[in-house]
Amino acid sequence: MKPGPLQRLDALVRHLVPLASTLGLMLLTIAPNRIPGAAAVMPMLGWMAVFYWAVFRPDLLRSWMAFLAGVLSDALAGLPMGVSALALLILHGVASSQRRFFLGNTFVVAWWGFAMLAAGVSLLVAGLAFVVDGRHAPRDTLALQYVLTVLLYPPVAWTLARSQVALLRQR
Amino acid sequence: MKHSGAVVRLGALKLLIHRFAFTAMVVAAFGLMILGKADAVLAERLRAAITDAVTPALNVLSRPAEVIADVADRVRNLAALHAENEKLREENRRLLHWQTVARRLEDENRLLRRQTHAVSDAAARYVTARVVADTGGAFVRSVLVSAGAAEGVRKGQAVLAGEALVGRVAEVGRRSARVLLLTDLNSRIPVATVGARANAILAGDNSDQPTLSYLPLDAVVEPGQRVVTSGHGGAFPPGIPVGVVTAVGNGGPRVQPFANRHRLSMVTIADYGLDALAVSAESTGQAGEGP
Repeated sequence: MKPGPLQRLDALVRHLVPLASTLGLMLLTIAPNRIPGAAAVMPMLGWMAVFYWAVFRPDLLRSWMAFLAGVLSDALAGLPMGVSALALLILHGVASSQRRFFLGNTFVVAWWGFAMLAAGVSLLVAGLAFVVDGRHAPRDTLALQYVLTVLLYPPVAWTLARSQVALLRQR
Repeated sequence: MKHSGAVVRLGALKLLIHRFAFTAMVVAAFGLMILGKADAVLAERLRAAITDAVTPALNVLSRPAEVIADVADRVRNLAALHAENEKLREENRRLLHWQTVARRLEDENRLLRRQTHAVSDAAARYVTARVVADTGGAFVRSVLVSAGAAEGVRKGQAVLAGEALVGRVAEVGRRSARVLLLTDLNSRIPVATVGARANAILAGDNSDQPTLSYLPLDAVVEPGQRVVTSGHGGAFPPGIPVGVVTAVGNGGPRVQPFANRHRLSMVTIADYGLDALAVSAESTGQAGEGP
């Protein structure tokens, strides 16, 4: 049976969930939260979404979407354009190429994978920000931001998994 | 058999296209970085356009955080009501005294101005804007505000929270602007200490407390001294409160700004009519030389 226009629209909107959740988490990272000192060490929620969808639904969060999300992130953050774009592209590329490994293993393995990748991506962003724009940040700030990013991955991944089950079950 | 061979070939082709697209995007990312260096104006315009497009969404997103913070504040205030009341009563007594002093000084000032035919400063024009994003993470200390060129915001203008200096406008879109905070690595503000009147440059380094640099050799700077803008370089008028000297270490004296980054919800962008100077100060500031 051929799907009607409404069904197709419904599927289209559902298929936008990965991109929308990535952008939403990215904006949430920079929303003012009024917690003293939090702005400098906000965990990278957008990275988590890119990693999660690259592993579970790379057909819906394409690498070019990760690239555009990175451009958006750079523009909003005031970082040199292209830095986060490259970082998210690499994060997406590595995660989606290793997805069979992550899918076949337990959650802890995926978490560990995210921690490893996030470390690499953090170093890449720090290096590029310095080389391109001479920007650097206190080392303990960066370390704390990394730790928070890794620690917050499980709840964010759980939320994304719930949304995947609820909205993307039928392909 | 033939059929599966075609599938394999199709798969290989897809992989090839995929790899090519990936490489193209990596090149594009580096291209963007080089473009940002080669044509800063174009990069800035691109950035402003993106910021403009996203600001409405950020404006909505910033509300819940504000409501939660307000409720938390209210609960905290209720708990500390009694102590707060005492403190305010004490402060009120002190301020009443200062009011008398200020009135007397105001009269005296008016008289002296009349006698010396002093030219008074031009009145400033203010734009009030909401802080919609606290961006940049560890690398950049800036906020986005929901007012831009359409509201008369220009690059280099001073941004205040209450009376205190927050930073300066660094990028302007049509309906949004980026404010570079005092604490940012690229922030250089000409300041002076109150009392000793030692001129210096307040230099941000991405930590919470910027340092006083280029102090005169004989300057005496002590913790507790107030720091205000000096008006040098012409970007800001003199006398805007900036912060208090907290520590005098070997890295130079550190200043705790009066304006707290996490408490910013509304800011005032002040146009002192120093536009031409502001722009030139801006360009030298960006070259990292300071005025």
